[in-house]
Amino acid sequence: MGRKAAFNEGIIQKKGPGRKAKKQKDPVFPNALKDTGVKTLSRRQKLRAKKRLKKQLERGASQKLKEDKITSEKRKVKNDLDSNLGNHTKTNSVQKQNGFSDENKSWLKPKKRKASIESKKKLAVKEINDSDGEERNLEKSNSESSDSEDNADDGHVQVGSLNDLSDDSECDNDEFDGSQEENEESGSDKSESEDDDEEDGNESDEDLLPIERKNKKLKKELAEDKKLAAEELALNIASQEKFQFPSNEEDKIISLQEVQQRMREVITVLADFSKLRDKEHSRREYLDILKQDLCTYYSYNEFLMEKFMQLFPLSELVEFLEASEVQRPLTIRTNSLKTRRRDLAQALINRGVNLDPVGKWSKVGLVIYSSQVPIGATPEYLAGHYIIQGASSLLPVMALAPQENERILDMSAAPGGKASHIAAVMKNTGVLFANDINRDRIKAVVGNFHRLGVVNSVITCMDGRKYPQTLKDFDRVLLDAPCTGTGVASKDPSVKTSKDEQDIQRCYNLQRQLLLAAIDCVNAKSTTGGYIVYSTCSILPEENEWVIDYALKKRNVKLVSTELDFGTEGFVNYRQHRFHPTMKLSRRFYPHTHNMDGFFVAKLKKWSNTIPQLNDDLDEIEADDIDSPEGEEEEEVADPSPPKKKKLKINKSISKKQGGESDNKKQKEKILKING
Amino acid sequence: MKRLSEERTKILFEKLTKYIGPNVKLLIERPDGLYCFREQKDRVYYVSEKIANLANTIPPDLLISVGTCFGKFTKTNKFRLHVTALSYLAPYAHAKIWLKHAAEQQFLYGNHVSKSGLGRISENTEKYQGVIVFNMSDVPLGFGVAAKSTVECKNADPLSSVCFHQADIGEYIRSEEDLL
Repeated sequence: MGRKAAFNEGIIQKKGPGRKAKKQKDPVFPNALKDTGVKTLSRRQKLRAKKRLKKQLERGASQKLKEDKITSEKRKVKNDLDSNLGNHTKTNSVQKQNGFSDENKSWLKPKKRKASIESKKKLAVKEINDSDGEERNLEKSNSESSDSEDNADDGHVQVGSLNDLSDDSECDNDEFDGSQEENEESGSDKSESEDDDEEDGNESDEDLLPIERKNKKLKKELAEDKKLAAEELALNIASQEKFQFPSNEEDKIISLQEVQQRMREVITVLADFSKLRDKEHSRREYLDILKQDLCTYYSYNEFLMEKFMQLFPLSELVEFLEASEVQRPLTIRTNSLKTRRRDLAQALINRGVNLDPVGKWSKVGLVIYSSQVPIGATPEYLAGHYIIQGASSLLPVMALAPQENERILDMSAAPGGKASHIAAVMKNTGVLFANDINRDRIKAVVGNFHRLGVVNSVITCMDGRKYPQTLKDFDRVLLDAPCTGTGVASKDPSVKTSKDEQDIQRCYNLQRQLLLAAIDCVNAKSTTGGYIVYSTCSILPEENEWVIDYALKKRNVKLVSTELDFGTEGFVNYRQHRFHPTMKLSRRFYPHTHNMDGFFVAKLKKWSNTIPQLNDDLDEIEADDIDSPEGEEEEEVADPSPPKKKKLKINKSISKKQGGESDNKKQKEKILKING
Repeated sequence: MKRLSEERTKILFEKLTKYIGPNVKLLIERPDGLYCFREQKDRVYYVSEKIANLANTIPPDLLISVGTCFGKFTKTNKFRLHVTALSYLAPYAHAKIWLKHAAEQQFLYGNHVSKSGLGRISENTEKYQGVIVFNMSDVPLGFGVAAKSTVECKNADPLSSVCFHQADIGEYIRSEEDLL
């Protein structure tokens, strides 16, 4: 049962400029707007610049004088550390004279200096008013010697010395403060210096146009933004380094971006779990968080996400989910009954279609990249020269490898893509039975068959499970079973949320019944065939390997190679399941590795028409999906199969009783090698 | 699935002769085995005898289609050809007309063919003869009835129709539901 392809009609991509569009030259900026580093000034500007320079020089000279004075004063202060009050007043007076200007701002820190000056002043005042008792008390508390206090009045020197002490410390402090200030300044330098720059710029760019000024401003802002972004990035990296496990209380709604961020973090933690983990949380908890994030980010329901997490390693999982979001490329199959691929490609290229062969593995597939006409309504399409069909749908028919003059059955054929492919491979010889249970969808089969010129077909509409009662002795049967469609989430996103355990159970029960019916339809004695191909567009092992495994136990069939040289091997071990070791002959296809829809193909060969009779109780157990190893053994022993296979299986059962599971597996493979 | 009655066989062959003339017998006498016309629910299917026998094993209400559907008998017992018969009519056709590229799309939407859209016409086409319509690259597009003979076409008004539309391959999209 295939799915209807999403026809990307209506999306017409324009190619190149229109017929009438003249090719324009690249825009040329006027010279005035060009941003060359050095600018030639006009005569007046030059004059003005000269004047400005003169003024600056004059100003600079006067400033220099002042500066010299100040520096000398400073030196004095520093050198005559044990000098007296007068000096202080002098320096004070000098400092008072100083104004704050652009020239001295690099070393002059107006406010703080003021404060220090004030403190000095205060000290001086204190010294002058030293006779106060309170002051004395204060100084007592400062643990000064009582003697020096008593001699306060007469001993300028002593006081001076005291002052000097304090002065010393103050000076030290000053210096220290200065350095500190500088440090602080350098810390907050950026903003200030930027402001300064701006001012400078404004001064020098007075003659610039407003737009130029704006441009400069913008550039500056951009640079700032960049810097901030870089900082933020650094912050992010820092946050990435250590992932904080979210506490349960914060069940806030967070943005999709945060979810994505967290997903990435959790995956990195899980990749190197022992090193990066938070000791208080188990792997399970991490996985739960990841699952929930994946569910919200890709909008799956939890059940399906859990299935996928069991199926893929984490790194692959994200790739798969990502690939399931985007549409697969549109592919068509050439109808070899009516035309050849080369001719069709030429005809379509003439209609403005951009296409390529789908790959070396197919001689009939074409990939459509873009098209100016709706690809599902060209005269070539209507004349039956091609059919729109996913690349993955070519695989089951290639695996089936129909031969001419055979009797072939497609059990769930709608909309007839694969069935018409079979007819094309058979070159309209033999008989092709196309069946589907859905009366509405069977109309699509009728339409496609007549359009494509398939004349050897019988189209029926019945329950596939009852087909063996109606007709048997087919050489080959293709069963493209109805499935949950988890491999084609890009085509039908409703799959993501609508499936649960029960749906899958329903699906694989139906698939098992259909597969058994398909096997029953085949004649094992056919000279050319006796093959069954089972395919689904789901990637869950429940619907694939498990169904095949069930059929292997129930009927006299064996897995054979699909002859497809790509695709990944089917699972032999999946969680608690141990499937038949030949299961690796089946093929799986994934959207992220093979760029086609998720798909499963297995080819079975029927080697005996007898249906093995099994114990009914075991049947029921099997139906209840309990894979008990004991049941298997008994069943196998009871199995009246040919001697070679039986021996193998008995060996297996013995080894199962003896050793552990891993040993058992190895032994199985060994036996296989010996036998095969 | 049953054989066509004597009367209905006659009606069917008369109809087919309008389009492919004496080539009708080529449909019956084929080098690659026996082919026959079978009728089910008033629809006529053209199919190899081998396949017809196999299809007989399927219960009639579950059988949808066998081989190629040629058309159906109306309630008034007239035969109407379906577009699905085109693949057998086109190679044996007696009278053909070819459409210009511009008129191609118009015909595929179910319109008659006007003189302006006519690219070529086979000689000595009679009036009201069945004709097969092709595009200029010889892809069969459908069939109809000539509204004018070849001679009349030569000096006809550009807007007058030269071929009445009966069936075209656009129906595969337009009316997939009731193809049969």
